[in-house]
Amino acid sequence: MTIRAFSIDGDGTHSQDVPAFAAAIKEAAADLVLVPGNSRVRRSMAAAALRAGAAVDTGIVDVAVEGDMATVRRWVYRQRILAAFSRVARPWVVVTDPALFDEICAKLGVKPETPKLDLAADTHSWMNGRQSAVAGGESTIRPDAKMLFVAGAGWTKKQADGALHLGEAAAAITGFLARSGASLGSSKSLVDMPEAAEAFKFMSHMNQIGQTGSTPRHAKGLATCCHGEEPHVVGWRFIGERRAVNLDANCGWAQGKADVLYVADAFAVMAKVNELLG
Amino acid sequence: MGKPLNIIVCGSLVPDPLQTLEPVTTPQGPGLKNEQMLPSVLDPWAACALYEAAALAKARAGSKVTLVSVGPKAKLQQLMMTVAQKAPFQLVAVNAPAGGFTDAMETAAALAKAIKSTPGLDISTALLFGGCASASRDAGVTLQFVAEMLGISEMFNAVDSIKLEEDDSFTVLERVEGGQYLSSTCKGLPAAIGWATGSLPEPPNNPQTGMMNMRGIMPALMKAPAVDIGTGGISYVSVEVPAARRDTVVKKDMSVDAIAAEIVEWMKG
Ligand SMILES: Cc1cc2nc3c(=O)[nH]c(=O)nc-3n(C[C@H](O)[C@H](O)[C@H](O)COP(=O)(O)OP(=O)(O)OC[C@H]3O[C@@H](n4cnc5c(N)ncnc54)[C@H](O)[C@@H]3O)c2cc1C
Repeated sequence: MTIRAFSIDGDGTHSQDVPAFAAAIKEAAADLVLVPGNSRVRRSMAAAALRAGAAVDTGIVDVAVEGDMATVRRWVYRQRILAAFSRVARPWVVVTDPALFDEICAKLGVKPETPKLDLAADTHSWMNGRQSAVAGGESTIRPDAKMLFVAGAGWTKKQADGALHLGEAAAAITGFLARSGASLGSSKSLVDMPEAAEAFKFMSHMNQIGQTGSTPRHAKGLATCCHGEEPHVVGWRFIGERRAVNLDANCGWAQGKADVLYVADAFAVMAKVNELLG
Repeated sequence: MGKPLNIIVCGSLVPDPLQTLEPVTTPQGPGLKNEQMLPSVLDPWAACALYEAAALAKARAGSKVTLVSVGPKAKLQQLMMTVAQKAPFQLVAVNAPAGGFTDAMETAAALAKAIKSTPGLDISTALLFGGCASASRDAGVTLQFVAEMLGISEMFNAVDSIKLEEDDSFTVLERVEGGQYLSSTCKGLPAAIGWATGSLPEPPNNPQTGMMNMRGIMPALMKAPAVDIGTGGISYVSVEVPAARRDTVVKKDMSVDAIAAEIVEWMKG
């Protein structure tokens, strides 16, 4: 079986990348073509594979090859069910989870190459460039951070004194991010809230973890003021150690979703954590 | 004001995310236990696409939104009871299996065929919408296949915002790596857009809109052609729910200082 791996990065328009990727697939003349599923690849590789007459699968987390047979693994139903399958169709474009591309290539003994892409096709679009999702600020999403810090809707709820503490919440969250270097995640309820959009300008829908959010990879995760409902926790599939701080001893995290649940006031706990981190 | 818009939204149903999903083997390949009974919702990112379409259509008189759904007819009908109340649209339905194990290419072919055979859907001036990925297959390929099959060469993926000008040129923000957006501008239509969350809240139920929609939806469901969509060229080797349950230690009576110290210690370890 011939396997080629292509490193593709940067940005590209669909109308130019599709013919370029399709030509690269054809020229590769391989049984399997491995590519990392970054945003550029996700935008155009499926259409390119169709144009090149290739089969394509995305979100692949493992590839095993035995003779002429290749078996891949991917999650379906948003990280709930893990499926292993094979195809006889060739060429087969295997779009991997971008975080696992190097590992999969190494396992198969394939050295990634940078394909020559002919980007001369007619296009009606042009790129204006990348920008932070946080208006005027630095991104709070740090894919390479060791730790994920999740803020839930509890930060915007009336607390024991019957009052809202949005300023204090914002200070606790940003204070922790600055001291720990953690990546900020959020529940859907929090980013959907108009009052949070106003008070927590450092986050947006891009921070949302879960079913309709992201599924990041970090060694550790700490959830605060977040209930730990299933549509949120499916986004924690690739978080190693998990801890949560919640006032409710029966919240979702207690139901086998975290390693440790601290039943406590996250306002008080995070203020103290920030103090200790200095 | 610009010309009326023709927005085609591809979207179907997925199991309610609060349900427990258990894989089973069926004669057609892998499936879900009690799949027919599981309550379903409109695929969340496709739902965002529908709401964005409705907002764009509202801003241009005479515009039309068409929801094209491939799914089991009976379940689609049930789903439409709520979805029809969200925004005005016409439904084009295809009666076929929909789920995490059905083939994306076959699904896309059924969608493209349904779009092509619907009178009045002029693809050359259309905005083709859908979710950037489904909550079932979660492959993010179906809309791209449909665009390619319809000959639409401009496509944007994981879009959170569109700014449409009167001459139909538009600028979008696509989600890219590291919490950033890629801003791109397109000269005009047709174009395909795979939506992420967008910027609109879920519209409240409007029974009047629901009643208006249902007049067209019921006949659309009645005449939905049946299509046999299977697992395509895939041979499943295994389908499993890996154990995700942890032995949670619930710490109830610790002081704030002790908890904070323990968290800091854990972070450093
Ligand atoms: C189709 C669909 C898709 C969805 N997708 C997602 C998704 O992608 N991501 C997602 O997150 N959700 C998603 N949801 C929503 C999900 O079901 C929950 O509603 C949501 O995650 C709840 O957010 P939360 O835990 O922040 O808020 P809440 O449920 O309101 O919980 C707030 C928590 O804060 C705690 N709290 C309050 N004050 C304090 C304090 N001082 N100290 C400590 N704890 C405190 C409370 O005890 C409570 O547990 C989806 C739902 C549907 C139907």
